[in-house]
Amino acid sequence: MKVVLQNLTKKFPSRDRKNHQDVVAVNDFNFEIPDGKLIGLLGPSGCGKSTTLNLISGLIKPTEGKIFFGEDDVTDLAPEHRGIGLVFQNYALYPHLTVRQNILFPLQNLKGEDKLSKTEMLKRAEEAANLVQISELMERRPRELSGGQQQRVAIARALVKMPKVLLLDEPLSNLDARLRLQTREEIRRIQRETKITTIFVTHDQEEAMSISDMIVVMKDGIVQQIGRPQEVYDNPVNLFVARFLGTPPVNVFTGQVKDGRLFISGEDVMEASGIPDGDVYAGVRPEGFVLNEEGSLGCKLNGVEVMGRDISIVSSHEASLNPTVRALIGTENRVDIGARHDGGEVTVRFDLVPHKVFLFDKVTEERVTALV
Amino acid sequence: MIKNKLTAGSLKGWLYLLPAILFLGVFMVYPLIDVFVYSFEEGYNSASQTYFGVGSYNYAYVLHDPYFLQALKNTFILVVITVPLSTAAALLISVGLHSIGPLREFFRTVFFLPYVTNTLAVGLVFMILFKKTAYSDGLINLLIMWFGGGSVDFIDGPYWAKMFVLCFYTVWVVMPFKILILTSALSNVNQEYYNAARVDGTSKFRIFMRITLPMISPMIFYLVVTGFIGAFKAYSDVVALFGTDLNAAGMNTIVGYVYDMLYGDSGGYPSYASAAAVILFAIVLTITCINLLVSKKKVSY
Repeated sequence: MKVVLQNLTKKFPSRDRKNHQDVVAVNDFNFEIPDGKLIGLLGPSGCGKSTTLNLISGLIKPTEGKIFFGEDDVTDLAPEHRGIGLVFQNYALYPHLTVRQNILFPLQNLKGEDKLSKTEMLKRAEEAANLVQISELMERRPRELSGGQQQRVAIARALVKMPKVLLLDEPLSNLDARLRLQTREEIRRIQRETKITTIFVTHDQEEAMSISDMIVVMKDGIVQQIGRPQEVYDNPVNLFVARFLGTPPVNVFTGQVKDGRLFISGEDVMEASGIPDGDVYAGVRPEGFVLNEEGSLGCKLNGVEVMGRDISIVSSHEASLNPTVRALIGTENRVDIGARHDGGEVTVRFDLVPHKVFLFDKVTEERVTALV
Repeated sequence: MIKNKLTAGSLKGWLYLLPAILFLGVFMVYPLIDVFVYSFEEGYNSASQTYFGVGSYNYAYVLHDPYFLQALKNTFILVVITVPLSTAAALLISVGLHSIGPLREFFRTVFFLPYVTNTLAVGLVFMILFKKTAYSDGLINLLIMWFGGGSVDFIDGPYWAKMFVLCFYTVWVVMPFKILILTSALSNVNQEYYNAARVDGTSKFRIFMRITLPMISPMIFYLVVTGFIGAFKAYSDVVALFGTDLNAAGMNTIVGYVYDMLYGDSGGYPSYASAAAVILFAIVLTITCINLLVSKKKVSY
């Protein structure tokens, strides 16, 4: 089932007595979520991603705009009639019911022609439990389960009524690092197996990038960019998106473009043909640095972190917005840090990989690209 | 070394506990034991501090005393009617209060008023409402007659009328505390459970029965237990309504009987009073144990 969001806007009345301006949680959200995809809503806290999810679930009503499931307008439909499964951040498992009773709960609500027989219900619950691999925990109570198991029960409860759309609110935020990795693959697998259109909310870009078919990056209620994770990573539309995606984060330098060349602190760093002259921010991905003794960009070396697969060179630069410049260098070839001593300080020099460097207008912070 | 340290530490602990232990010992434990002892001393005379012998005669006397049996019956009727009724009504009102938006604070205050009002003052108000005097039939009777019924003397009239007033009064007096507890219990239920239930299309009634009720069941249980104990100890309310000569009014309670045995017209029988008190204690203990057993199955913490 595809989900279409049309000019979706949600304003909350301000609680501030002096300032009566509404808080705009979601501002003019337009997006068509293709059928059967896993979508990650991504953004810092307070960016409106959870509000968007709640709008889709129907728990809150939009101020403006429409929501379609397939061809049906569901904007004014109550949550229970939308055919959604919702997994809450804290799972919201009923503590006094066993796992089985929790999973059965949504089925027992069905009325009229949808009503199932008792054996049918038990069969469905069993199937859902098998899908998330908790069938041996059916008689336990939620508090006797680990966080990861509770998460699975919550997903089983959301899936048991065979929803058209599955919504997950920060599904991994309550799990420890190892479990998070495991569970996100689990979510991916379950989504692939059920082919249910799934939307999940997260503030963790790694989480969103790793499992989503598409990610939606939001900030202050406004959608910044929508696309496949790699696409967004490789082609951020503005400085915010560039800085939000990627660990370690992108290195940002202030610089100037003049006569088709990029200058950082007066050094002619690389070609920037076709880009109008002016002040820019230059974002360089950590993997966009290449060690070169004669390289165009010189940084003061702070230290080297060896991480096995690759090494991370930590240095500083006067034009850098981040306190340190972090460069990731692969270790396939023996690395010799081409350092030159300049009066006690060690300088390390890099060349920049062109497609790992993004230029942003210094005022609008929008990406500037070559005019072809 | 370690052993010495431990004893020094525990000595300190006992020292801290000493004031509490002393007070509890003198004013709680000792009197309790004394009551047990009194209840088996036959013909105890408090003036001469003498008694004839030891045995169960006091119990036999009390259990055959028609006044005690009347008090027992009254107390049981009061308990059986008021505890479930007040708890159910308080639950209903709390759910109502919880679901209304505006005026919630106002109604909360209104429902809480009986709690801060003096028992005797309230008793007086009930007298005015229910009592039949030479000059007036009382407000309630006026209402009954207005609807075409016959007037009833609720204070000095038939037993059922008096019992009705007592139960009505008790329910009214104990409800505010229950409402207070239940509204706070209701607002402690995480909204996420309701959202989850809503998304699953759960009907209001089912949400209440399957989610709300189990979630607040520990509080309900607490109210039932304290409600039972409180109702078994009823005395001042009865006095407020029917005066001090409760035996004559046929509205005595067990605690009232104990009081009468000690200080009333028929006073001066501490042994009988002690026996009645021990019987009350046994009843309350039994009921509370039953409550605990039931709660193990029904209450989810």
